[in-house]
Amino acid sequence: MERNPMGRQLAIMRQSLFDQGYLDEQFIQLEELQDDANPNFVEEVVTLYYRDSARLILNIEQALERKPFDFNKLDDYMHQFKGSSSSIGAKKVKAESTLFREYCKSGNGEGCTRTFQQLKKEYATLRKKLEAYFQMARQAGPMETACRPK
Amino acid sequence: MNSSSGKGSMSTASSSAAWKTGDVVPDKFPAGLRVLVVDDDPTCLMILEKMLRTCLYEVTKCNRAETALCMLRENKNGFDIVISDVHMPDMDGFKLLEHIGLEMDLPVIMMSADDGKHVVMKGVTHGACDYLIKPVRIEALKNIWQHVVRKRRNEWKDFEQSGSVEEGDRQQKQSEDADYSSSANEGNWKSSKKRKDDEDETDERDDTSSLKKPRVVWSVELHQQFVTAVNQLGIDKAVPKKILELMNVPGLTRENVASHLQKYRLYLRRLSGVSQHQGNLNNPFISSQETTFGPLSSLNGLDLQTLAATGQLPAQSLATLQAAGLGRSTAKSGVPLPLVDQRNIFSFENPKLRFGEGQQQHMNNNKQINLLHGIPTTMEPKQLASLHHTAQSIGNINMQVTSHGAQSGQNSSLLMQMAQPQARGPTLDSTVGHAPRLPSSMGQPILSNGIAANVSTRNGIPENIRAPGYNPVSQTSSMLNFPMNHTSELPGNSFPLGSTPGISSLTSRRAFQEEVNSEIKVPSGFMPSYAIFNDLNQHKPQNWELENVGMTFDASQHSNSLQGNLDLTQSVLVQQGFSSRQVNGQSRSAAVVSKAVFSAADGTEHVIAQNVNQHLDSLLVDNTIRVKSERVADASAANLFPDHFGQEDLMSALLKQQEGIAPAENEFAFDGYSMDNIPG
Repeated sequence: MERNPMGRQLAIMRQSLFDQGYLDEQFIQLEELQDDANPNFVEEVVTLYYRDSARLILNIEQALERKPFDFNKLDDYMHQFKGSSSSIGAKKVKAESTLFREYCKSGNGEGCTRTFQQLKKEYATLRKKLEAYFQMARQAGPMETACRPK
Repeated sequence: MNSSSGKGSMSTASSSAAWKTGDVVPDKFPAGLRVLVVDDDPTCLMILEKMLRTCLYEVTKCNRAETALCMLRENKNGFDIVISDVHMPDMDGFKLLEHIGLEMDLPVIMMSADDGKHVVMKGVTHGACDYLIKPVRIEALKNIWQHVVRKRRNEWKDFEQSGSVEEGDRQQKQSEDADYSSSANEGNWKSSKKRKDDEDETDERDDTSSLKKPRVVWSVELHQQFVTAVNQLGIDKAVPKKILELMNVPGLTRENVASHLQKYRLYLRRLSGVSQHQGNLNNPFISSQETTFGPLSSLNGLDLQTLAATGQLPAQSLATLQAAGLGRSTAKSGVPLPLVDQRNIFSFENPKLRFGEGQQQHMNNNKQINLLHGIPTTMEPKQLASLHHTAQSIGNINMQVTSHGAQSGQNSSLLMQMAQPQARGPTLDSTVGHAPRLPSSMGQPILSNGIAANVSTRNGIPENIRAPGYNPVSQTSSMLNFPMNHTSELPGNSFPLGSTPGISSLTSRRAFQEEVNSEIKVPSGFMPSYAIFNDLNQHKPQNWELENVGMTFDASQHSNSLQGNLDLTQSVLVQQGFSSRQVNGQSRSAAVVSKAVFSAADGTEHVIAQNVNQHLDSLLVDNTIRVKSERVADASAANLFPDHFGQEDLMSALLKQQEGIAPAENEFAFDGYSMDNIPG
């Protein structure tokens, strides 16, 4: 199946995303939902995620500019963000979210700010990687959908 | 794919009878299962939809709880199961769960990224049939059909063998008469517990599960009969079999009653944070927890503080309440607000107060207590005492609430005023001089408190305070009126006393029972209810809420049902969602309430009072949300919550009765009525 060099490359790219901890098995769940009826399902979901979560990121950013911190609100936003992120398998982003919530619960404002910066980095990095991945997938052609290791 | 496994086994079973009302082709079951999924997160929603579609289910997605409720209401038989997120912006997932459970009786699965034990427990106590942790995997969704089957089986089984003891099957054990309450609960409880274990459920499927059983619709009348029966039996003794016998409704099975009873208990429990020692409920499965109730009671004293601390009760209100006491039974003011606290825990979902175990206990407590509230008179002395106690606390709380807004240390006077104006409606604001309403912000939590307080206080306080001439009935009416008034002008102001009025109403109710004071001196008593409602409504702009809460009865309907206490009770109770009617018939409602009270006075006042209280509470608790979505401020008399316990109905019935006796206005402005009557 990997005769297609692009396919091979795609598979390698994909695998590295897992190996490096950017994605977890929830992403595989999404991949398994992709079928002929929805050949771009994963990309659609990820696009929707980034679009919708941008709002939450903004909310958190704004909340972090208001002093003193409203930890409850911050935790609330992050809870939503974490739910979203976990549903697409964004592993590192999810981890940062969890950490952020811990800081919220303990009222550690500085920890929150720091973690949020880190979270945004991970969030952006993942986005770039996935965009590259999807682009490659489109180029590799539909055969690639069958190359997903189960 | 996923459905094949289930399908195979199910198909044989289901093929023998239509799985549902023909919506799902039996042989393909569970394919075609109609799922409604509610989640405000679009990403999750999209993924869930795709997963469910892959399971061959028929999916409808919704990103708002209100929309989901509308959809469900419009098409009661349009869905088989609901999956809902816990955390949603417009409505708490658990609230939605409650609504669905009561109105549509559909299995509901909760979802959340939060896997904390308390949240999961909350799902259980609120009646969710399962709880999924996000991110949800498709495997978890493959077997959700089991919840639909299970529910049907339970209903069907009951239908088939009403009253007979089933074999040792777990579900069948539910119909066991030995421990009515416990068995009913146990069966359901166990079922709920077991829902999480998939494997066991498959065994449940047999030919009975495949049998189609029309879902029992708990109409107003039916519910009325149910509550009457429960009240007659006494909460503790209200076992499905006996309830069924009392109700004497052909075609109704013990299973129907059992599941309805369970919901009713959950409802009551949530309505009032009843003190723990109410636990007369012979629920064996909670017997072990009963002992823990003790400690809970001890928390009562703390609860109030906690409540205040948690913001449920504004600190100042708390202080005020405590200071003011019930206004009637000063002695009781010292009573901690166990009820409130408990209630808070449940209604406000305030785990901070008492989490986990406490919650559990509360749950049980509440359940028991609620039941007790509903039947204050029929309860044994100790129960009454418990109620008292609870009522006390509630009264205290109410007082607080009221005072919060009103800043009046005198609850009674407030009540008076509240009663009066409220009855009038528009005049409420104006008349109620110092009924500084609870700030809207206080609203919900307070209302709940108030409501709970009302109920509890009603049950409990009355005993302490025999306000001569204080007509419990009147209380009811006032409560009812209140909603109406509220509708007419829902000022956020005069109601703060809601809580207080509740107290007074409770008291008066009690007094009523004792004195059988047919005089409808509703005013004071009722007003409190209104106040509560108002508060409830307050924070929700819609008047409906108030109305629904108290008013759910149609004046016209009630006139018919006013005959006889039981009837009245039934009709009143059943019609919870009358709000619309009430709007128009503010006075009518009051009248009805009064009437209902009268009928109660004749004999079943206890019941009515209880019912009213209960309903009010339930109304209050639920109305906020329901009314909003359902009623549009006006006359749409439809019952908001057909399945609701008809507190409102009771009230309306009472009012109706009263109506005949005197114009609505009079109800509140009873000539003879004066706050003085209310013992202080």
